[in-house]
Amino acid sequence: MKKNSPLKMIITLSVTAIIIGGLLSGFYKLVYPQIEANRIAEEKIAIFTVLPEAKDYDIVEYEILSKKKGTEIVQIFRGKDENGDLMGFAFVAAGPGFQGIIKMMVGLNLEKTYLEGMTVLDHMETPGLGDKITFDFFLDQFKELRISPSITYIKNVKPKHDNQIQTITGATISAVAIVKTLNKKIAIILELLAGPPGKLKVVAEPAAVAVPAAVAVPAAAVAVPAEGKGK
Amino acid sequence: MAKKTLTYEFVKGIWRENAVIKMLLGMCPALAVTNSASNGLAMGLASTFVVAASGLMVSLIRRIVPGGVRIPTYIIIIATFVTLAELFLKAYLPDISKSLGPYIPLIIVNCMIMGRAEFFASKHPVTPAVVDALGTGIGFTWVLVVLGAIREVLGSGSIFGFAFLGEKIFTPWVVMVLPAGAFLSLGLMIGVINYFTLRKRRAA
Repeated sequence: MKKNSPLKMIITLSVTAIIIGGLLSGFYKLVYPQIEANRIAEEKIAIFTVLPEAKDYDIVEYEILSKKKGTEIVQIFRGKDENGDLMGFAFVAAGPGFQGIIKMMVGLNLEKTYLEGMTVLDHMETPGLGDKITFDFFLDQFKELRISPSITYIKNVKPKHDNQIQTITGATISAVAIVKTLNKKIAIILELLAGPPGKLKVVAEPAAVAVPAAVAVPAAAVAVPAEGKGK
Repeated sequence: MAKKTLTYEFVKGIWRENAVIKMLLGMCPALAVTNSASNGLAMGLASTFVVAASGLMVSLIRRIVPGGVRIPTYIIIIATFVTLAELFLKAYLPDISKSLGPYIPLIIVNCMIMGRAEFFASKHPVTPAVVDALGTGIGFTWVLVVLGAIREVLGSGSIFGFAFLGEKIFTPWVVMVLPAGAFLSLGLMIGVINYFTLRKRRAA
C-alpha cells in the first residue's frame, strides 16, 4: 500500500480518533467527581454568604418554559435556621454585563420583601473598574435591600430609598447590568414561589438534606433530587 | 557550538530561539493571560506539559502517519493533551482554571506547539524531540512569568498575589493589567532585549 493512499489516511485518522476518544472519556470520568465537588462547594459557600443566618438548605427545582431556550431548570435553595425552619431563599441570577455574563448568588428573605445578600460567582468585567462589583462596599448595598416595586440605582450620591443602590464610578454599566438582571430574575423567582401556575411546574419535591454549615467539605454534597422525578 | 548535542537543543529554546522573545510565536497566551505572575506560571507550565507530551507522541508516530494527514493527526494529539491539562486544572486547581478561563483550550492553536511538532518532533527521534520541547516550554514559561510579574507589580502592586506595595505609597496603573499593558510590556521587553543583543553583536 502506498504511503499516502486515501485508505491509509482514513485508517490513520480513525485509529487515532478512537484511541484518543477512549483516553479522554476515561480521564474525564476520573476527574469528574472532583470537578463537580468543586462546583458544589463553591455554590454552598455562596449560599451561606447570601443567607447569613442559614445553617442548612435544600433544593427545589422548577421547570419553566422560556421562549428562547425551551424548558429550563431553575433551582431555588431554601435556607433553614438552626431549628430547621425555613428562613429564606437563595437562587442564581445571570445576565449580560459589560464584557460577559455576570453570574450571582442572591439571597431573599422569607417574606420575599428584601434581599438578604448578594455575591458574584462569575464575571468578566474590566479588572480595576468593573471588577469592583465583587468588592464589599458594593455588595453590602444589597443587604436588606427592598425589592418592591423593583431595585433602582443612582449615580454618584448616596442612595435615597431603601430599594436603591449607588452605582460604581467608572463601572456604571456593570452595576446597572446587575440591577437589571436581578429585577428580571426576582420577578421569575417570586412567581415560582407564589405557587405553580399553568406554565410552571414543580418537578421535584424538596428533599430534606442535612448539610451542617460547619462542614465545608465538598464531600458532604447536597442530595439533588434523584432521577425519575416529576411524577 | 556543536549543532546536535542534547544540551544545545535544550538551551536554544530558552534563549537563542525563545518562542516569545525571539520567534514571536505563542503571542495570544503571552499577551492575554500575563496580568499576574501566577497566571503566567500556570499557563507556561500547562503549555510546557502539552508541548513535551505532544512532542513525544509525534516523534513516536512520525514513521507511521502518512504525510497527507500529518497536520490533522498532530492537532488531535495536541488537543488531547490540552484537554487533559484543562480537566486537571479544573479538578485540582479551580482558582487558576477560573482565572485562565478560555485560554487553556486555546493552547491547542498555540503556533509554538504546532511549530515544534511540525519542524522538530516529526523529524527527530524521541529523546531530542522531548528535550527540544522541554527547552521551548521552559523558555515560554520564564518569559510569561517575567511578563506577568512586571504587569502585576505595576498594575496591582503585588507579586504572586502578595501585595508588597501599600495603596498609600503606590497607585496601581490599571492599564498594565488591561490588554494595552500587555502590548506595552511585551514590546518594551523585546525591544530592550534586542537592543542589548545587537549592541553585543556590533561590539564583537
